Amino acid sequence: MDTLLEQIELGTLWQFPGGIHPPQQKTLSNDKPIARLALPSKLVLPLKQHIGANGQLIVNKGQHVLKGQALTQPSGNWSLPIHAPTSGEITDIAPMPSAHPSALPELSIILTPDGKDTWTELTPVTSIEQLSHQALIDLIHNAGIAGMGGAGFPTYIKADSQRPVEFLIVNGVECEPYITADDMLMREHAEQIVQGIEIMQHLLTPTITLIGIEDNKPEAVDALQNASKHNPNIIVRAIPTIYPSGGEKQLIKVLTSQEVPSGGIPADIGVLVQNVGTLFAVSEAVFKGKPLIERVVTVTGSTITDARNVWALIGTEIKHLLDSQGFEPVEAQRVVMGGPMMGFTLPTVRIPVVKTTNCILAPDNSELAHAGEEKACIRCSACADVCPQTLLPQQLQWFAKGKEYDKLESYNLFDCIECGACSYVCPSEIPLVQYYRVAKAEIREQKIEQINAERAKVRFEARKARLEQEQEERKNRHSRTSSRPAKPAAEKAKVADALSRVTQKQGEKSAVQAAIERAKAKKMADGSVQPDNSEMMQEREKRKEQARQYKAQKQHDDTPNDSKSAVAAAIARAKAKKAAKLSDDQAIADLDTTKPCASETPSPDETKADPRKAAVAAAIARAKAKKAAKPSDGNVPEEVSETAKTHSDTDPRKAAVAAAIERAKAKKAAKLAQEQGSDEAPHVNNPESGSKPELDTADPVNTEADADPRKAAVAAAIARAKAKKAAKLAQEQGSDEAPIANNAESGSKPELDTADSVNTEADADPRKAAVAAAIARAKAKKAAKLAQEQGSDEAPIANNAESGSKPELDTADPVTTEADADPRKAAVAAAIARAKAKKAAKLAQEQGHDEAPLANNAESGSKPELDTGDPVSTEADVDPRKAAVAAAIARAKAKKAAKLAQEQGSDEAPLANNAESVSKPELDTGDPVSTEANVDPRKAAVAAAIARAKAKKKRKEQEGNDPS
Amino acid sequence: MKLTMASSPHNHSQKSVSTLMITVMCACIPGILTQAYFFGFGVLIQLIIALVTATLVEAVILKLRNKPILSTLNDGSAWLTAVLLAISIPPLAPWWITVIGIVFAIGMVKQLYGGLGFNIFNPAMGAYVLLLISFPVQMTSWIPVEQLLGAPIALTDQFSLIFTHTNSAGLTLDNVRTSIDGTTMATPLDAVKTAVSQSFTVSEAMKGAQFSDYAGIGWQWVNVAYLLGGIYLIKTKVINWHIPVSLIATLAICSAIGYIVSPGTQAGSMFHLFSGATMLGAFFIATDPVSACTTNKGRLIFGAAIGLLIYLIRHFGGYPDAVAFAVLLMNMAVPLIEHYTQPRTYGHGAKK
Amino acid sequence: MYALIALGSLALIFGIILGYAAVKYRVESSPIVEQVDAILPQTQCGQCGYPGCRPYAEAIANGDEINKCPPGGDATVKKLADLMGVDAKPLAGGEEAEPIKTVAYIREDECIGCTKCIQACPVDAIVGATRQMHTVIDDECTGCDLCVEPCPVDCIDMLPVEQTKQTWKWQLNAISVTQID
Repeated sequence: MDTLLEQIELGTLWQFPGGIHPPQQKTLSNDKPIARLALPSKLVLPLKQHIGANGQLIVNKGQHVLKGQALTQPSGNWSLPIHAPTSGEITDIAPMPSAHPSALPELSIILTPDGKDTWTELTPVTSIEQLSHQALIDLIHNAGIAGMGGAGFPTYIKADSQRPVEFLIVNGVECEPYITADDMLMREHAEQIVQGIEIMQHLLTPTITLIGIEDNKPEAVDALQNASKHNPNIIVRAIPTIYPSGGEKQLIKVLTSQEVPSGGIPADIGVLVQNVGTLFAVSEAVFKGKPLIERVVTVTGSTITDARNVWALIGTEIKHLLDSQGFEPVEAQRVVMGGPMMGFTLPTVRIPVVKTTNCILAPDNSELAHAGEEKACIRCSACADVCPQTLLPQQLQWFAKGKEYDKLESYNLFDCIECGACSYVCPSEIPLVQYYRVAKAEIREQKIEQINAERAKVRFEARKARLEQEQEERKNRHSRTSSRPAKPAAEKAKVADALSRVTQKQGEKSAVQAAIERAKAKKMADGSVQPDNSEMMQEREKRKEQARQYKAQKQHDDTPNDSKSAVAAAIARAKAKKAAKLSDDQAIADLDTTKPCASETPSPDETKADPRKAAVAAAIARAKAKKAAKPSDGNVPEEVSETAKTHSDTDPRKAAVAAAIERAKAKKAAKLAQEQGSDEAPHVNNPESGSKPELDTADPVNTEADADPRKAAVAAAIARAKAKKAAKLAQEQGSDEAPIANNAESGSKPELDTADSVNTEADADPRKAAVAAAIARAKAKKAAKLAQEQGSDEAPIANNAESGSKPELDTADPVTTEADADPRKAAVAAAIARAKAKKAAKLAQEQGHDEAPLANNAESGSKPELDTGDPVSTEADVDPRKAAVAAAIARAKAKKAAKLAQEQGSDEAPLANNAESVSKPELDTGDPVSTEANVDPRKAAVAAAIARAKAKKKRKEQEGNDPS
Repeated sequence: MKLTMASSPHNHSQKSVSTLMITVMCACIPGILTQAYFFGFGVLIQLIIALVTATLVEAVILKLRNKPILSTLNDGSAWLTAVLLAISIPPLAPWWITVIGIVFAIGMVKQLYGGLGFNIFNPAMGAYVLLLISFPVQMTSWIPVEQLLGAPIALTDQFSLIFTHTNSAGLTLDNVRTSIDGTTMATPLDAVKTAVSQSFTVSEAMKGAQFSDYAGIGWQWVNVAYLLGGIYLIKTKVINWHIPVSLIATLAICSAIGYIVSPGTQAGSMFHLFSGATMLGAFFIATDPVSACTTNKGRLIFGAAIGLLIYLIRHFGGYPDAVAFAVLLMNMAVPLIEHYTQPRTYGHGAKK
Repeated sequence: MYALIALGSLALIFGIILGYAAVKYRVESSPIVEQVDAILPQTQCGQCGYPGCRPYAEAIANGDEINKCPPGGDATVKKLADLMGVDAKPLAGGEEAEPIKTVAYIREDECIGCTKCIQACPVDAIVGATRQMHTVIDDECTGCDLCVEPCPVDCIDMLPVEQTKQTWKWQLNAISVTQID
């Protein structure tokens, strides 16, 4: 028995099971040399044309580029650059239909050639010996070469295989009918292909190189044999013509008798397969310095008058290819990208040639008949007989139809290479491959869902644990206070005294108890032991309805939307969404990699401060903050500050980053506090609240430098919020008032809507009016409500207080955004006045009952001086704005105080919260100083913040000491 | 320009279900002609009755099931069932035997299970067994080959025997069969079985008038004709070789062993291979794709098991022939066999 | 007497065999609650009336209906029916058999930063802080809807998950591309 190598050298070939002999139809296109097309009028270059991530854009709209110039740069895993196929101007960068069966849009660069076809500077290499291994790999990488046989796997990764390669197999089989691109390339450029092989040999040092070519291409076999005469390590093998011998796995079997393990790659058995087209591209890239910007494409089919192979620039639209070869479409024309067995039909001819496009087939209806009606499977097993993977297609389709996915997997569905042989022979014309594809997609999705569900579960459990712990700690503190060690008699007496006082007071106590109960009720609700879903269910119904409508709409509507406003809103939303997504990716990536580096933060090349960018920045900042919260990374904040340093060019940006840093730090502090065993299991949100104000200011600056519509939207949001609140209150109050409120709401809605739609239009006048009206209405409603509520009990008061303070808070926002609107200002002023009055009233009420409010007072007393700090920190230039902000802050504080008071009535837990939120600012302040020492107003703010923080800390300490 | 979307592959071989079915029917022709030559035109009359009934029954049931009638009828599967049943029953059996058989085959065995592709039993054989059990007399009343009849039964007499139970002379089928020499001419398989049970040796039994060199007169040529048809089917790749080869091989080996062990009570391989419905069963019945195994290994097991069962039932069972029972029994075992005979998928446990 | 001894010894032998078999071939099955929990989609949405998937799993194990999980759709009901050995029934409340997958999306310019949605989110998929715009990490969002109700400004939408090339499921007939020419 000879060894495998000896057998191979002897010329032994093996057979794979199955296979079919469809009509070849190669003579249509292989009798003419490869032609060169006229320059198309436009090129569409998708950023992603291979397996892996797409590169990063390094050009802008309107930029002029030269032929061969890189348009993207590789970044991260498996990404490849793309290059300008000719010189010209980049006219747009937008999503375009992609060269994929779904034709789903993909971000593409649209290049309008200038007709000069000027090359960029090329750096050819004369000898590969002078290059290091890595330099050569980089060269292949930067030339953007991906497998040109079909899958588009980045070649540089294959060429850099870490495993020993015994057999380098060159795939020149081209078993699909019609396609002759590789055939013609081998005939015309055998030398370059052999050069490419030698580069690969240099990189991979295989024992032997086998070139597999079907025996229906004798010219190609001869050409390669001649070209490789000098190299004894290259063996050209003519293999029997049988489809699908060009499949990677099948070719390996035929040439080496080995089988790639299921789910593995050829490298697992020491084999590496490269397509001849890829090797040609490699040789061009190395010896001529040309990146991959064009490829041979077979344009064939009976509807093409001049069927032949052409050199097509990557990005050439199929339409151009078809038109230049004389295309005469028939009824129900199909245009297939790829061959008749595995290619996919294109929904439009406006799809570009990409790196993996080897054939454009435009058949008429007699040569490739339309699929007939699917009949029942008669289990003739013709499919199993031709399956090159020895699967049982008839069983698989049975399971696929029944959606028995685990069965499918146990019958090795994922070993199916989708060659189409089974569908080809099926007498019942069952589209077997289609069933498998759908089932595969479904199974993949289910797996992803499973993983997501698992993750959701983990997160849910973690959250639950955290909430429980929080509650537990709160309870512990409570019991600690009550079970304090026995006290001296004197103290006991005091206690007794107090007790008696308490009993005396019992009568008055009802209010306190009510407060306690309220607090408890609230806690219950917060703790979410048992959510009350009834309302939610209704809401959900509504939303489901909407979703359904959306779905329906999406299904049968190809025409653009009716109302401009909707479109505008949708666009805005989409952008925001993308931004959010970006941040997600970022966050995830960061977490994954052990050392996230600054390079992963957004690229600084976007210089225009459009709203979107701001949003992105904010989102990233947010993501970072989140990341910081994760336990493992004590060093993250530093990294973040690094990022801050790296992006110190754009001002708004800086602010956002700074804010992010602060937040991150706050989080860390919170965590620390938690870990140190002190009782304040913090709310995720609480700590952040301390650091927010600066971010706040940053955001408006970023996002609303220019955007009128935006402002309007904010206003609308406020109005809506009010309406909603009103409705809710009404509901809570029970029977008879509800309808009224509802009415009121429905009354107010229309205007809100109008406000909304007005948003999108540019002129501000009508809109402003509408907004003002909405506000006014909301206020009126609130007033009415208040009156109602005060009549019955105190419970709603808390609500009231809140609702009282909310509106102004809200209004403050618009003020920050619209510094010029007079009527607005007036409204704000009024609101402030009202809020103050209310607060006073409330305080008075509370003081009647217990001492808690005192603490409150104390706090609110201590606040004002702190407050002054804040406004300074915000922009110092806009007067009206400042005032408004100040007012808003004051109000917010008052609200907090009120809440505190409430909570103190029942237990001390909130104190901890409080203390914590107080403890944050000082942490925050540290950073901004270090990062940005140049902005004056800023500095002042920082100073103020420090002062404030210190004061708070002191107070906290006191508090901490007190009970013990 | 509106382009049409389709799923790959965009090409299709020209084979369709109906061409497959028609090829199988064509392959039956030599067998049918031989049968008609030896046993009279009755088989052709049965064939026509069966085809007409099958068409009607299939159409009615499709109508009831709200399925497209014409396109489904076109696939030819009902006609193939009709052909196979018609050539299995005695040529001069009464017309209602055929009609009941077809109604059962198409209506119950095929359509009740969901139509073509869903039936677990071979429809023709299901019906055959039903008829054999329900009407044993009519189903075993094979007339002797024409050479052994004093005078060939006229075509008109065959018609009237089939449709009115009596010929023009008022004689029934039984009268016709016994009219020569006053003895009943049993089928060769029957004759051997009866003889053995009456303690004659097989060789003694084979001295009967209806026997020639290897098997029964006529019967052996009918089997040869079906063998030729079967070889044609394998050549045209309509059926795979696995089932017929393993079936015939098993039957031959079993009967050879039996003959060696007990030459007195056992007939030889040639007798088994060329008697009864062996070749018809091996190439046309057991290979029915719907109810047979679809894996190659499974097919070998399936065929071998049928061969073994045929031998066992012929030798030890109560019925003279056993193809129908054997096929139906193995139909039931198909899912099990398939489950255990999945081929090794590429890349799974690759042998070095 | 002999009969007694024979029977007794037989009983003993079989008893030993059974006991051995029980030990040797013990099926290590996870408790039913775990299995049910593994089937549930883990959206933690509470639409079943229980605060999360796990509690519902426990309820099912204790005999509750299996058709209360709208996010899971019919597929989940079917699997549960298989597991619990009961008949599959349509989803309670006439929910759609194939739920549309959604993720929450916060219209960020309308968000007032109240953190209410953050508190509502069962899987911590919303980030943000007081008076700061919040945003949803869509990868983590289970589409449970729980954040929509608490939002005081109704700025949270449940958007259908967008289709990408990776999630495309070969619905060839449903490709809608505007024909340019």
